[in-house]
Amino acid sequence: MMGRSLYLKIISAVVVFGSWEIGGRSGVSFAFPPFSESMVAFWVLVADGTMFKAYAETLKPLVVGIIISGILGIILGIWIGLSEKFDWLISPIFIVMQSAPLAALIPLLIMAYGIGLTSKVFVVCIMAMPVIVLNTSAAVKNTPTNIKEMAKAYQAKYSDIIIKVILPASSPIIFAGLRLGVSAGFIGAILSELKITPTGVGDIISFSRSIADYPSMYAAIFSIILLAVLFLNILERTEKILFKGSNQGYVSD
Amino acid sequence: MNKENAVTVKNVYKNYGDVEALRDMSLNFPKGELTSLLGPSGCGKTTLLKIIAGLLPATSGEVIVNGEIVKDPGPDRAFVFQDFALLPWASVIRNVAFGLELRGVAKSERESIAQKYIGDVGLKGFENSFPHELSGGMRQRVGLARALSVDAQVLLMDEPFSAVDEQTRRKFQEDLLNLVKDQNKTFIFVTHSIEEAVYVSDQIALLLPRPSRVSEIIRPTSFKNKDVDSIRRDSEYLDIVDRIWKSLRSYVE
Repeated sequence: MMGRSLYLKIISAVVVFGSWEIGGRSGVSFAFPPFSESMVAFWVLVADGTMFKAYAETLKPLVVGIIISGILGIILGIWIGLSEKFDWLISPIFIVMQSAPLAALIPLLIMAYGIGLTSKVFVVCIMAMPVIVLNTSAAVKNTPTNIKEMAKAYQAKYSDIIIKVILPASSPIIFAGLRLGVSAGFIGAILSELKITPTGVGDIISFSRSIADYPSMYAAIFSIILLAVLFLNILERTEKILFKGSNQGYVSD
Repeated sequence: MNKENAVTVKNVYKNYGDVEALRDMSLNFPKGELTSLLGPSGCGKTTLLKIIAGLLPATSGEVIVNGEIVKDPGPDRAFVFQDFALLPWASVIRNVAFGLELRGVAKSERESIAQKYIGDVGLKGFENSFPHELSGGMRQRVGLARALSVDAQVLLMDEPFSAVDEQTRRKFQEDLLNLVKDQNKTFIFVTHSIEEAVYVSDQIALLLPRPSRVSEIIRPTSFKNKDVDSIRRDSEYLDIVDRIWKSLRSYVE
């Protein structure tokens, strides 16, 4: 099983990067270099340390934003899922946030919080939080009634029902939301560096674009994807350790 | 007939909005016996059971268990659910011990108690299996072990065998007869199967709908001490089955 999924991953990587290489070589555009050239640029950026310095900058708003979104988002989501009143009060904010054109709102954020770290953290949060909150609340609301009733019949306290029934039952969907939120947070971090002040990886992207060094630009984009995939994998592992068995499927058939 | 009552239902009314689910229901459940609540669907038998469990509030009237008025679920009652209501992410042993876990019994103690009841219901060797790995009948055995392990005086069973196959069901009915004999507990058993009710009960409360009421209380006598294999051929058994069907017939569409 494990071997097969690894094969599939390799095949999919070969197909994607292969078509990138072919597309780049066939000369679609001067601005679309082949995979190999981008990789060379990637190594150069890694070797001279530019990439590490860039990530030291980019990771600041990203990590802070994701931690805030994760903790606050899950707490708010649980609360919304448990209380109809709170749902009525808070949910619309996140639904609006999720569909708002963020790039257009950035000038507002800059006016309010300046061009520093705060604004960037905000951008990450606006991107990451809605999907975390909405997934968590949906998962909490959809906890099967029969096991909640069972816990009640065996005299569970309200806190027991939340901790021992609702949370483990919701954890797969909460983590799905967290994964989506983290991906969105990555987009938010880069967006903030392109739109607020060019620092970190966003700086590599905009600088290399301005001097037409497209391989470096793609190398930077590639590095973001690589890091996001790595991070999501770590998250998945954590979920498996933390909520062992929650993926066992529901017994309702 | 002068047995002490473990559970007394006194003039209980239950309305869901304009719908009258129970009207002036009064019933006695003698200690150490199995009483069936039998009736066509919509006669309020599950509603009555949940009121006794403390899961539903009665609109008026009271339920007295061992001399105390029921307000909430209590340690004197344990519930067996029609759809098992197991925690899908928890192993058999954790599911069985869940009632004790909610009461704050220490892990080693509750697991040794659970271990005993897992053996009693015939699931030895499945302690670390997960519910989705078990058949329907085995899942209900887990539900039964969970109810037994909290050592409640009253066992409330809501159509516990309706989701298992016919052969398993017969085995369950035989096991239930032995359980009633061995354990000095009071059983309240909801079913829609006439044969099942007559087979397992010391007392059958026949409920009729529109408005919901107790139409008859039947106490089988002659075959109670017979061997499980000959009950179904007993003439009183057959007569009672016939008699119940005659009263129910007009209520079945």
